[in-house]
Amino acid sequence: MREITYREALREALSEEIERDENVVILGEEVAQYNGAYKVTQGLWEKYGDKRVVDTPISEAGFIGMGIGASMLGIRPVMELMFWSFAYVAWDQILNNAAMVRYMSGGQINCPIVIRGPANGGTNVGATHSHTPENFIANTAGLKVVCPATAYDAKGLMKAAIRDNDPVYVMENTLLYGMKGDVPEEDYVIPIGKADIKREGTDLSIICHGRAVLTSLKAAEELEAKHGIHAEVLDLRSIRPLDEQAIIESVRKTNRALLVEENKPFAGVGAQIAHLIQWNCFDYLDAPIARVSAIDAPAIYSKPLEDFQLPTPERVLEAALKLCQ
Amino acid sequence: MSSKKKQGFEAIATEADPRGFEGHSINQSLSSEEKIGFYREMVRIRRFEERSLRAYQQGKIGGFLHLYIGQESVAVGSLSVCGENDHVITAYRDHGHALASGMNMNECMAEMFGKHTGCSKGKGGSMHFFAPEKNYWGGHGIVAGQTPLGLGLAYALKYKGIKGAALCYMGDGAVNQGVFHESLNLASLFELPVVYIIENNGYSMGTSLQRSSAYTESLGKRAEAYNIEWETVQGHLIYEVRAKVNEAIQRAHESSKPTILEIITYRYRGHSIADANADKYRTKEEVKEYQEKKDPINVWRNLLLEDKVLTEEQAKEIDKQARAEADASADFADQSPYPPTESIIEDVYWTHDNPGKHDNEGRIFFNDDWGPQA
Repeated sequence: MREITYREALREALSEEIERDENVVILGEEVAQYNGAYKVTQGLWEKYGDKRVVDTPISEAGFIGMGIGASMLGIRPVMELMFWSFAYVAWDQILNNAAMVRYMSGGQINCPIVIRGPANGGTNVGATHSHTPENFIANTAGLKVVCPATAYDAKGLMKAAIRDNDPVYVMENTLLYGMKGDVPEEDYVIPIGKADIKREGTDLSIICHGRAVLTSLKAAEELEAKHGIHAEVLDLRSIRPLDEQAIIESVRKTNRALLVEENKPFAGVGAQIAHLIQWNCFDYLDAPIARVSAIDAPAIYSKPLEDFQLPTPERVLEAALKLCQ
Repeated sequence: MSSKKKQGFEAIATEADPRGFEGHSINQSLSSEEKIGFYREMVRIRRFEERSLRAYQQGKIGGFLHLYIGQESVAVGSLSVCGENDHVITAYRDHGHALASGMNMNECMAEMFGKHTGCSKGKGGSMHFFAPEKNYWGGHGIVAGQTPLGLGLAYALKYKGIKGAALCYMGDGAVNQGVFHESLNLASLFELPVVYIIENNGYSMGTSLQRSSAYTESLGKRAEAYNIEWETVQGHLIYEVRAKVNEAIQRAHESSKPTILEIITYRYRGHSIADANADKYRTKEEVKEYQEKKDPINVWRNLLLEDKVLTEEQAKEIDKQARAEADASADFADQSPYPPTESIIEDVYWTHDNPGKHDNEGRIFFNDDWGPQA
């Protein structure tokens, strides 16, 4: 199979969906003539023109609200946020209008919008640009949120998100854009709400999403090489809907659970997963459920500390060893 | 001359001739039936809302109830010039626009009663009426939150090559929200066929225009900063509302350009029925004066009586019918069932409501003690 980057995989998904459905339109800051702040949309404006790839002013509440309104009339807008951190100025549109309009209209209106962009820390840009709001999104009934960790997943989930009739928010990661992975040439879609076992194991389940999957995989290699511990790494891929069955099956097999995320601990994704595990696997657990999250402070600028603030393979390894004592 | 600065509606009220736009092309060809129809629509809205107020006082309707009484000519006049490809979206004072869009009293009253027969199956309430098949896109509760949605409707029309306009209504309180200004910039920049209608009733809740806006001579004038055409309209005059809104819609249709119309109007009741201070931020005399001089229903009726288009008897009969229709809608709402418990998690996700039509997997609702996975 050929290898392409996470960025190229996203671009292929956008390009293929533009060609497949005349109602798909890409909107966002610098997505067209500038070729995308992170080059995800590079070449698309040149290829598909002004109608399908549209530059917007820096006006998130305005243009995202506009996309939501257009989706109510059947357009399938794919809105780029240069950073998910910028979503915070458009929260009313993102959490209120997109999420609630189907419900409050008694199911008369659909909102098939995609909002996508990077949601990650670790890039030395300070707290206001380093938010990971997947837990906020997952807290809002009416919304779906996916966090692809690999090029293959990025393409398959992006295509699924665009074809979905509900609002789907895609959390990408600037640190993953350049990562290469196997992506088939032929058309494929990854069902939203399906987790993926990235590494099989028997001693411990490391449950994670986004870039924390790569961190967990590194830790799992060390666990096996140096400690003879076989960790299973379960990539959630989608936060809501959530592949609860995959979580249950993995934990019932390994009897230990370590939850790793780049989100903050309080009311983070891991808090909900921990609840689901104790509720469904109480008699199967040989140890308390452990969590590794971002250290609970605003994202620090200073690089060495920033690297430490996000889950590292070392922190994951240490937590896993404690769990397996 | 008083040294006291004029406040609220007093400051924006002006005199105008009810026949000022009678000769405008959009009004010239009106039949007697159409003119009587506008009267009937306004009376229906008022009687419906008066009946809903009684139901609220009886405890049948909960939450907020923002009445449109006094403003009826704005919705009726503006919607009367809309065609099949023109779309409507408004804020939470939405009963008048809903009825004028063709929604029936039963579905609207039942929605306020929280009943399953309501337009939104009891999930939206007074502020959230919807009828997309009638081009009516709600009913939105957050001040100015609907202004980019209206823009989006216009975007979709233009994208699809449909000659239509999106009419996006708001109150004067919405004009100071950031998202409204973002919407204006985008509307002008992208040349979108949207008509922003500011229904200026002088008060954003209890705060007069003079206490909320830095420039009070005109709210529409803000359009100039965004290179958008604008006009001020006397809202109690049907002929004028029709003429000005029609011009804006034509601009949208023919040149795909936005317009802002500031329509001067007045609400007789509080911001909502829960507005305990409705008598404090304005005088009783102010309300009374408007009702006597500019009540839109009286003004239109007198004009039709003068023209012998309508007789006193017909007017009374229309009123009687509207009261009966409103009463019947309250009975309908009262007798309708509440939504079944399981409907709490219906209409949240298209995929959950349409099993077998998609390949989504996984758990979508997360209660342990209730729901599909409990």
